[in-house]
Amino acid sequence: MTQRSDDDGAADGFGPDLVEVFGPSQQDGGPELVQLLTPEGERIHHPEFDLDFSAEQLRGFYRDMVLTRRIDVEATALQRHGELGIWAQLLGQEAAQIGAGRALRPQDFVFPTYREHGVAYCRGVNPLDLLGLFRGVDQGAWDPAENNFGLYTIVIGAQTLHATGYAMGMQRDGVVGTGDPDRDAAVIAHFGDGASSQGDVNEAFIFAASYNAPVVFFCQNNQWAISEPIERQTRIPLYQRALGFGFPGVRVDGNDVLATYAVTQAALQRARDGQGPTFVEAYTYRMGAHTTTDDPTRYRLSDDLERWKLKDPIARVEVYLRRNGLADDEFVAAVQSEADDLGARLRDGCKALPDPSPLSIFDHVFTELTEELEEQRAGFEAYLESFEGAHS
Amino acid sequence: MTEKITLAKGLNMGLRKAMEDDPKVLLMGEDVGKLGGVFRITDGLQKDFGEDRVIDSPLAESGIVGTAVGLALRGYRPVVEIQFDGFVYPAYDQIVCQVAKMTFRSQGKSKMPMVIRIPFGGGIGAVEHHSESPEAQFAHTPGLKVVACSNPVDGYWMIQQAIACDDPVIFLEPKRQYHADKAELDDSVSPEPLFTSKVVRRGGDVTVLAYGPTVKTALKAAEAAAGEGKSLEVIDLRTLSPLDLGPVFESVRRTGRAVITHEAHVNLGMGAEVAARITEQCFYSLEAPVLRVGAFDTPYPPSRIEEDYLPDLDRVLDAVDRSLEF
Repeated sequence: MTQRSDDDGAADGFGPDLVEVFGPSQQDGGPELVQLLTPEGERIHHPEFDLDFSAEQLRGFYRDMVLTRRIDVEATALQRHGELGIWAQLLGQEAAQIGAGRALRPQDFVFPTYREHGVAYCRGVNPLDLLGLFRGVDQGAWDPAENNFGLYTIVIGAQTLHATGYAMGMQRDGVVGTGDPDRDAAVIAHFGDGASSQGDVNEAFIFAASYNAPVVFFCQNNQWAISEPIERQTRIPLYQRALGFGFPGVRVDGNDVLATYAVTQAALQRARDGQGPTFVEAYTYRMGAHTTTDDPTRYRLSDDLERWKLKDPIARVEVYLRRNGLADDEFVAAVQSEADDLGARLRDGCKALPDPSPLSIFDHVFTELTEELEEQRAGFEAYLESFEGAHS
Repeated sequence: MTEKITLAKGLNMGLRKAMEDDPKVLLMGEDVGKLGGVFRITDGLQKDFGEDRVIDSPLAESGIVGTAVGLALRGYRPVVEIQFDGFVYPAYDQIVCQVAKMTFRSQGKSKMPMVIRIPFGGGIGAVEHHSESPEAQFAHTPGLKVVACSNPVDGYWMIQQAIACDDPVIFLEPKRQYHADKAELDDSVSPEPLFTSKVVRRGGDVTVLAYGPTVKTALKAAEAAAGEGKSLEVIDLRTLSPLDLGPVFESVRRTGRAVITHEAHVNLGMGAEVAARITEQCFYSLEAPVLRVGAFDTPYPPSRIEEDYLPDLDRVLDAVDRSLEF
């Protein structure tokens, strides 16, 4: 691994070296990591990003994360049973996604990657619709306009430009900086540490900065882009890149749902107020594989995983709730039982998802069927019908 | 109202009309605002419609098209300008993977009413990357509509029709023609639908197909051929995807001979597809193989020899003769 060495860019007339500017590289997220709940479940405070959370909110976060993890675990199992072609696991990233997802207002818009199952859940997208994509019955069956949640984007980073353009549209619609909390809106663009190397993501930063667009760039740095560690993507902490583009960046403990919520909410509010883009680096860890086709034992040490297991996003909230008398066995059992029901629903629902008709491939290539495609469709239909008792 | 206009003027007027008709129409691109575009196609529009509707963008083509996707999802009708054909490739991923597929993957829930204007073709003595003809790369992509205008009147109407279309349209403009010829525009005459081809000269001996910059070449060839007693029918294809080959088949069934000409490379170019379809539909009418007159399969050459490389009147007539002699 090419860790940044402390004598990089030594005094040679090219200005200060990296360590002078950014400090030594940090394995634990560094001193600038915003945290409100420690891995041990201790509530700590932050000078800029502190919030009071109600017991209801805290229990809600817990429930959200448990249910999200169940969606993920069930989907992974469904893939193993051959019911899904592939699944992109979010295991370990529940706090980052629930914190970000719950900070949104209904009028905000989300541009997700293909791993944003927790955010989708927060937006009210039916988890079964997520499975459809990975089962191969559609390419995202939900209506983006219904929950202000865009379709999953597979091409890494492409959606950050869509998010920026959408935010530019909001500016033109007069829904930014009016001071009306029910009107002012922002966009959140999700992406990962690997995507930060993509040209599109860097262009999105430039466009957003240039037009002061109301967009939050929410990067889940889960330390791995399939097999490549974060050091292959960046020589400085990702959040510090934002400054070079002309907007603020902040690193938050992505395994801390409270801190992620607080920081994302503040960033979204900046955007809604017309103060432009913010980069949020949610520092987390991909505890599972990249997808169900991946084998992380080929490229990373199990020590690493064990160390991050101690920072589990759900465990720390449960410890806090129990220790402060905000939740008891009964509550935890009720959430578990709800998760079991959800799991059963997903298992049954997934297997019942109907395959699309072969002829449906022609339906939405364009808003209306062209004569060319109509001809191809008719030919294909006649061909299919030529098989006795075959496709209907 | 009638007036004599150039292609540049026709496009400018068409864009202005589209912006007046629909407040959701936005223009975006490099230098399209204050400067009015390097070819002045958007001249004066920012002054009249403001910086929110005529947007000077950072110098990044993928960024232009990618943000236009977001604007379209928000309900706008972005018209983006790619400054030159050879600079479209940084946006290729967004065009092919995102723009072209959005309607399909969303099962029609998200539309992409976007126009991507690309000045294309050679003949202006430019340095490399400024004279290319990438149309086949887009016509090969399902989900994109691809059209090419060839004259001022079509420029005026086709740009408005493309903007009104709910599907993404790659709009190719023959840059060599921008300021070349004037034509009479009578805007009280209704235009043909956008995705149609058009017979622009009647004839009975050979059908010559062209689009964009080669329409003028084909018409000049027909004029010259007429002097030699050969009657060429010239069809301006106008739409490259979808193709509108009904009038072509009708023509070829009469003439039995077809020559197609474009500035793009012949290998896997539009001519190859058109020839295949003519062969399928007009097999028993053909007196000669369908011939293609296009660029050689080499990169675009230095401009001092570009006129040797580009299909011209003589090369079209040479193909016509070969067809007639077959």
